[in-house]
Amino acid sequence: MIRKLFSFKGGVHPPQNKHISTQQPIQAATLAKELVLPLHQHIGESAVPIVAVGDQVLKGQKIARAEGYVCASVHASSSGTVVAIEERPIPHPSGFSAICIVIKTDGEDRWIEPTPEALPYTEMPVSHLRNLIRTSGIVGLGGAGFPSYIKLNPAGVNIDTLILNGVECEPYISCDDMLMRERPEQIIAGAKIMRHALQAKQVLIAIEDNKPEAYATLVKACANEDFEVIQVPTLYPQGGEKQLIKVLTNKEVPSNGLPVQIGIVVHNVATAAAIHNAINLGKTLVSRIVTITGDGVAKPCNLDVPFGTPMRHLLDQCGGLRNDVDRIVMGGPMMGFAMHSIDIPVVKTSNCILAATKANVTPPSDIMPCIRCGACADVCPVALLPQQLQWFARAKEFDRAQEYNLFDCIECGCCSYVCPSNIPLVHFYRYAKTEIWAQEREKEKADQARQRHEFRQSRIEREAVEKAARLAKKKAAAQGDNAKKKAIQAAMARAKTKKFDPGNAPKNTDNLSESQQQQVNKADEMRAKAEQIAASRRAQAQAAMTEKTVKTNSDRPAAKKDEKK
Amino acid sequence: MLQVAYALIPGILIFSWLFGWGVIINILLASVTALTTEALMLRLRQRPVKIFLSDGSALVTALLLGLALPPLAPWWLILLGTAFAIIFAKHIYGGLGFNPFNPAMIGYVMLLISFPLEMTRWPAPLSLSDAHLTLSQSFAYVFSGHLPAGIRLDALTMATPLDALKTNLGLNQTIQEITTRPIFGSIAGTGWQWLNIAFLAGGLWLIHKKIISWHVPAAMLGSLALISLLFYIINPATYSSPLFHLFSGAAILGAFFIATDPVSCATTPKGRIYFGIGVGILTYVIRNWGGYPDAIAFAVLLMNMAAPTIDHFTRPQVFGHGGK
Repeated sequence: MIRKLFSFKGGVHPPQNKHISTQQPIQAATLAKELVLPLHQHIGESAVPIVAVGDQVLKGQKIARAEGYVCASVHASSSGTVVAIEERPIPHPSGFSAICIVIKTDGEDRWIEPTPEALPYTEMPVSHLRNLIRTSGIVGLGGAGFPSYIKLNPAGVNIDTLILNGVECEPYISCDDMLMRERPEQIIAGAKIMRHALQAKQVLIAIEDNKPEAYATLVKACANEDFEVIQVPTLYPQGGEKQLIKVLTNKEVPSNGLPVQIGIVVHNVATAAAIHNAINLGKTLVSRIVTITGDGVAKPCNLDVPFGTPMRHLLDQCGGLRNDVDRIVMGGPMMGFAMHSIDIPVVKTSNCILAATKANVTPPSDIMPCIRCGACADVCPVALLPQQLQWFARAKEFDRAQEYNLFDCIECGCCSYVCPSNIPLVHFYRYAKTEIWAQEREKEKADQARQRHEFRQSRIEREAVEKAARLAKKKAAAQGDNAKKKAIQAAMARAKTKKFDPGNAPKNTDNLSESQQQQVNKADEMRAKAEQIAASRRAQAQAAMTEKTVKTNSDRPAAKKDEKK
Repeated sequence: MLQVAYALIPGILIFSWLFGWGVIINILLASVTALTTEALMLRLRQRPVKIFLSDGSALVTALLLGLALPPLAPWWLILLGTAFAIIFAKHIYGGLGFNPFNPAMIGYVMLLISFPLEMTRWPAPLSLSDAHLTLSQSFAYVFSGHLPAGIRLDALTMATPLDALKTNLGLNQTIQEITTRPIFGSIAGTGWQWLNIAFLAGGLWLIHKKIISWHVPAAMLGSLALISLLFYIINPATYSSPLFHLFSGAAILGAFFIATDPVSCATTPKGRIYFGIGVGILTYVIRNWGGYPDAIAFAVLLMNMAAPTIDHFTRPQVFGHGGK
């Protein structure tokens, strides 16, 4: 049966240049002397180191544990000694440094003994299965690096379709292509585990028609499975989750929403292979296939690279760089970003290292003003108006940019690709997004400060009222005294005329004027209220303290509970 | 932008074949003025001169203005109009990409309002006139206003078809009577129809090359055709045919080369359709009931004003926002 395919709006056909790196089979990267493993190689929070400098570690041994919901563990990618836990440059557009665990390899590349599971995955509780995937450090290997176990939680929704994404629409990159050609059985085994976890009704494997070998291989390998391998016409950015879902099912994932909401889950093919290795073979995620390519590399190919291997080491293995290299990009030419140095480690999201020559790169002098031609709007897969957005970003009209749905931009780079004025449009959107996030953080801070100020203000007012009440009380008492004196005088005067009767003696609160009585009443009310506030604050503070202690004490169990979710 | 200039070549050739050397002189003068003024302004604004000069936008402005002005117009008229377009309609607003109005049309309208006499003195098509000026005679006339002995000004000039139509309709003649004059050809004006076919060819080539999108020309010519057809059916004696409206005056040039200027046009696909419809309808309204025989410049400028609003209300539905 041939499935009816749909289309998304826009898209471009950049030169593929994939053949450059598919001429040779996947090779193992040689072992670097030093592996640098960032604690943060995924979307979410950083992992927490559980080794110390000087510790001996084995390949596959967990060296940093996942903490919090959106997080993934990090494992030693070869055997050796931990020589440092310190800040090192990581792959990031801004050239940031971050905490990394540095391992000096011993050359033996010795695996840790896997701890066998008592039950096959089909019989273990699904939450345990997900936890295994979490503790194996598996994140989406398509490039985004979102912890995979979260995307294997149907969260109460009936999952209709599991899509395995083998589209790999970005030019130059061929790591998924080579994986599908050479290791289809791993992908299929992983897909079975995913399907089991999600209880998905159907499994689709999507491959662009520029990868006929991979398609043929998977069709053959799926001969005895009820998976559907689908060839989709090549169109960038079809590999985008929401675009692929539209093509295969004609459903639009709502803005700000997740595919799971409409009963669909998409995973990359390489993630499936990693899950197979973790669940069926007990091997944690310690390496990935990386495409080393571009006109600037002497011998482009795909390497199976242990995480933490410096990019320089890999480029050397591929025959080194040519002299006219302009920049090294991590990722593809459309969505990748230039590295500030090549002494940066490969991480879980490094699908490609692209050495671009000067001829491949548009010089900044060629950037011209926007003439609103609208070519960008024609290719935008999200149907945005990039020409208007860049205008708003440039003018710092961020509220207008948001009104024009800036945050629906997937940063695919189609607009920049077709721009006749060579405007790096996506940079403007990233700039606007970060500015808006910064403003939101500022606003949050300001809100907190305002709340604190308001609280202080109300406390000062309350104290003033209390003081006034106290004074009023004193005054009332004094006035009462006066009244008493008068009463005594009157009584004495009366006594002069008749005999004194003590039962008739007036009290100090008797004979108050109306305003005096009101003042007293008000003061009493205030006092009661103040006491109430004070009591509730005491209770709150106590509660907060208790919570804090509980939290500190139960940090680990809490994290574990999350893992089991 | 240079491709827009290439697409104008057939029109320029036909135009000068019909009206003589004056067309070429117009274009030359306008181009030299535009490029000089552009370079000067870039210098003043401290922008890279070479890069911006070679984008071709000043040249296109010059070509459009050169084609819009009457051939054999005095040299200062062209200089003034072009310099005004480049300085006031373009660079004062921030240069390329920032001008809200079409610079060539601003230059044209400024001249039309300030120098109505010079602007409406159109030469007769060569085929309808006995007096032909050589290249040097044309130059001499443009720069000094002297005609060679034996040639009188009346022999050279003739009302344009749109002008003749407007004037004679004002004299209560019917279209059928008016169009028997030699200035009216089989479809529209003598010669004018071929000129417009040449512009049409250039415009279609631009669409084919994806330099411009079909939205504006189709919407503008479509709405102009429809509205003129409607009135033509009601009363063919006072309202001329849709073909006449499309193929005389600057309708085709305007639809493919002027209204499509991306900078001053609406930028959303739907918006461009509304923009084109607006230009088409305004053109018809001004041609019939306004004070000027042709109306492309006014219609385009008026719609330029509306472009930001049109853009605001024609935003496409973003993926994931309530679609399927």
